[in-house]
Amino acid sequence: MSEMGTIKDMPANDMFVSGHGACPGCGMAVAVKNIMRILGADTTVYVPASCLVVISAMYPTSSFRTPFLFTAFENTGAVTTGIRAAQRRRGLRSTVVGLAGDGGTFDIGLQALSGAAERNEDILYVCLDNEGFMNTGIQRSGATPFGAWTTTTPVGKKVEGKREFKKDIMAIVAAHDPPYAASLSIAHYNDFIKKVEKAKSKQGFRFLHVLTPCVPGWRSDSSMTVEIARLAVETGMWTLYEVEDGNARTTYKPKAMLPVTDYLKLQGRFRHMEDADIAQLQEWLCAKWYLHYGDEIEQPVCAMLEKGKRMRYPHEEQLHFV
Amino acid sequence: MSVKVISGDHAVAYAAKLARTEVVPAFPITPQTLIVERLAEFINDGELDADFIPADSEHSAMSIAIGASAGGVRAFTATSSQGLALMHEMLYAVPQCRLPIVMANVNRSLGAAAGIWVEHNDSMAERDSGWLQVYVEDNQEALDATLMAFRLAEDRRVLLPVMVCLDGFILSHTVERVEVPGQEEVDRFLPRFEPCTVLDPAEPKLINPIVPPEYAMEMRYQLDRAVDRSREVIAEVDAGFGKAFGRSYGGLLDTYRLEDADFALLTLGTATGLARAAVDELRSEGKRAGLIKLRFMRPFPFQGLREKAEGLKALGVLDRSVSFNGGGPVYTEVAAALCNVPTIVTGHVAGIGGRDIAPDHMREMFALVERAARGERVRPVTWHGLRGEME
Ligand SMILES: Cc1ncc(C[n+]2csc(CCOP(=O)(O)OP(=O)(O)O)c2C)c(N)n1
Ligand code: SF4
Ligand SMILES: [Mg+2]
Repeated sequence: MSEMGTIKDMPANDMFVSGHGACPGCGMAVAVKNIMRILGADTTVYVPASCLVVISAMYPTSSFRTPFLFTAFENTGAVTTGIRAAQRRRGLRSTVVGLAGDGGTFDIGLQALSGAAERNEDILYVCLDNEGFMNTGIQRSGATPFGAWTTTTPVGKKVEGKREFKKDIMAIVAAHDPPYAASLSIAHYNDFIKKVEKAKSKQGFRFLHVLTPCVPGWRSDSSMTVEIARLAVETGMWTLYEVEDGNARTTYKPKAMLPVTDYLKLQGRFRHMEDADIAQLQEWLCAKWYLHYGDEIEQPVCAMLEKGKRMRYPHEEQLHFV
Repeated sequence: MSVKVISGDHAVAYAAKLARTEVVPAFPITPQTLIVERLAEFINDGELDADFIPADSEHSAMSIAIGASAGGVRAFTATSSQGLALMHEMLYAVPQCRLPIVMANVNRSLGAAAGIWVEHNDSMAERDSGWLQVYVEDNQEALDATLMAFRLAEDRRVLLPVMVCLDGFILSHTVERVEVPGQEEVDRFLPRFEPCTVLDPAEPKLINPIVPPEYAMEMRYQLDRAVDRSREVIAEVDAGFGKAFGRSYGGLLDTYRLEDADFALLTLGTATGLARAAVDELRSEGKRAGLIKLRFMRPFPFQGLREKAEGLKALGVLDRSVSFNGGGPVYTEVAAALCNVPTIVTGHVAGIGGRDIAPDHMREMFALVERAARGERVRPVTWHGLRGEME
C-alpha cells in the first residue's frame, strides 16, 4: 500500500461528492469527504439516522459514489456486521464502513457497537462526533460536553446547560481490545490521513473517533470550524491518540495547554457559562491532560486551580500510554 | 429422504440447513432456542457452511440479517415474542428494501401477564409490516413451510421476507414423525440465491435513502401490490413442492369437509388439528360442519375466502390473540372479507397465554356457529375457556 502521508498526496477521486446538503462550515462533511477519499472506491457505506443520511442520501440523489445502505439509528455495528459477512462469503474485497453520529454511537447504538467490537467484526466504525443529536435539532447526547447548552439542556433559571461530563467512548471501545482505535481532528490533517490509512489497512474491528464541529449546534461561525477543531486539541478538550493492539500512544502533543476559555468563547453554546462551571470544566481537563500527556510538566493553566482539588479523570487506571 | 422424530424447532432448523442458509444471526429466547442451537451445531460440525453470528439483541440480529441480505447472501433467523417486538423497528425496513429474509417466529405471548406459552399476539402485531406470514399446523408443515418460504421470498416476482409462525411448545418442543428431504431433492426445488440488488463496489447502488413525499407513496403502493401478487406465487410454490416431495398444503388456505357444509370454523396454527377431530365428530352425528385452515395471514386470502364461504350460512373464526375491544385480528379480517356476502361471521377467542384449547371448547365454538347458521342471534365475539362468566 502506498503511504499518502500528507494532504498533497490525497487522491482527488472523491467518493463523497459535492451537492450534498450540509450546512456551510459543517465539520462532519469535511471529515466524511476526506475519509472517503482515503478509503477509495472499494468501500461499502452504512449510515444510520443522523445528519449525514439526510444531507447525502435523499432519493433519488446520492453524494456517495460507493454502495450505500441506511436502515435505522442504533444498529451501525450490526448492519455492517451483516454486510461484511455477506461480502466475505461472496469473495468481495471491500472496506465496510459505518459512519455514525455520536448519538448513534455513545447512546442508542452503544449496544450494537459493543457487540461488533466484542466479536471483532472486520469493519471500520467511524464516529462523527458533533456532540449532540443535531439532526433532530441539537439535543444533548452522552458526547455533549459539560456546561454546553442544547435544546434539552437549556440555560434555565435553576440549571444552566449540561451537568455531566462527556462520556469517554474511546476508553469504552478500547476496553474491547480492538486491533485499532484512534481519535482524529479535522485540523490535524497529516495525523488524520495516517490514522484513516492505518484503519483501512488493518483487519478486524477498527474505530475512528472524529470531532466534527457543527455550526448551528455549537453556535459558531462557519469560517471557524477548523480553528475550533484545532483549539479543541490545544486546550485538551480533544486529545489525539491511538490504541493499537492494546497499546495507547499519543500521536500529537500540544506544546502547552491553552485555557479552555479560548475554546469556549468561539461557541455560543458555552456563552452563559459562569466562572464556577468554567473552573470545574478546566479541572476536569487538567486531569485528562495529565493522564494523556504525563504530569512532569505542570501546566500554568492548571496551577492556577485551587490546590488539592484536582479531580481524578475516569479510567485513569485503565489506559496506559506508552 | 429420511424419517426423523424431531421437535418443531428442529424441523425448522433442518429446513434452514437444507436451504443452505449462509448467514444466521441469532439471539436466544424460549421457545425459539432449539432452532438456533441446532443450527449452531450444524455449523460447528461442518454440516452447514454458514456464518453463525451471535448478535447482541434481536434488534441487532435482524439488522445483521438485513446487512447480509443486502450484501447478497441467504439469511435466516428465528425469534419469538419479546424478541420479535424488539425487532419491530427493523422488520419494517425489510419488505420495502425487498430483502428476501426468512425468519421463524415461535409464537409466544407478548407483554405483561408474561409467560412463555403460546399466543399469537406477537406475530399478529406485525401483520402490517409487509412480511408474508404463514402459520403451520404440525412439525412436518413447519419444515415444509420453511423450505417453501425461501423459494417464495426469493422469487423475483415477490422479493419479500417471509415469517414462518409455529405454536410455542405445542410444536416447538414436541416431537413428531417428520420426513426430512434429501439435500439433492432440496437443491432441485430451491435454486441458488440470485440476489437482485447487492451492495457491491463494482456496481455501486444506493439502498434505502430518505424518501420525500413525492416518491414514498408510490413505493408503498408498489409494496402493497407485491404483497398481493405473492398470492399467485404461493399457489405455484405449493404445487411445485407437492410435485417434488409429495406433500402440498393448499397455498393460502386449506379446507376440510367443507364442500357441502352449512357452517364451519376457521382456524390457524395447531388448533386446526383439534378442529378437524371436532368436524369428524359432528359429521358422524349428521351435522354439516366443515373447516377452513387459514395458512397465510399475509397476503390475506380475501378472494379465496369469499369463494370458500359461498354456501356457508355461518363461519366462526378462532383467534389465539386479541385485538382489544374488537375480537381477534383474524376475525376482523375475515369479517371484512365477507362483508358483502350473506354468511354470518362469529369471533371466538381461545388459547390465550398458553391456555389449552380443549375438545369441549371446540364443540362449544361449533355449537355457537351452528346456532348462528340457524339464524339465532349469538354474540359477535365469545371467549372460550374463561374461568368465570363473560359479562
Ligand atoms: C429509534 C430512533 N429514535 C430516534 C430517532 C430520531 N433521530 C434521528 S437522527 C437523531 C439524532 C442523531 O444524532 P447523532 O447520531 O449524534 O447524529 P447527528 O445528527 O448529530 O450527526 C435522532 C434522535 C430515530 N431515527 N430512531
Ligand atoms: S447541523 Fe451540524 S452536523 Fe448537521 S449538517 Fe449542519 S453543521 Fe453539519
Ligand atoms: Mg451528533
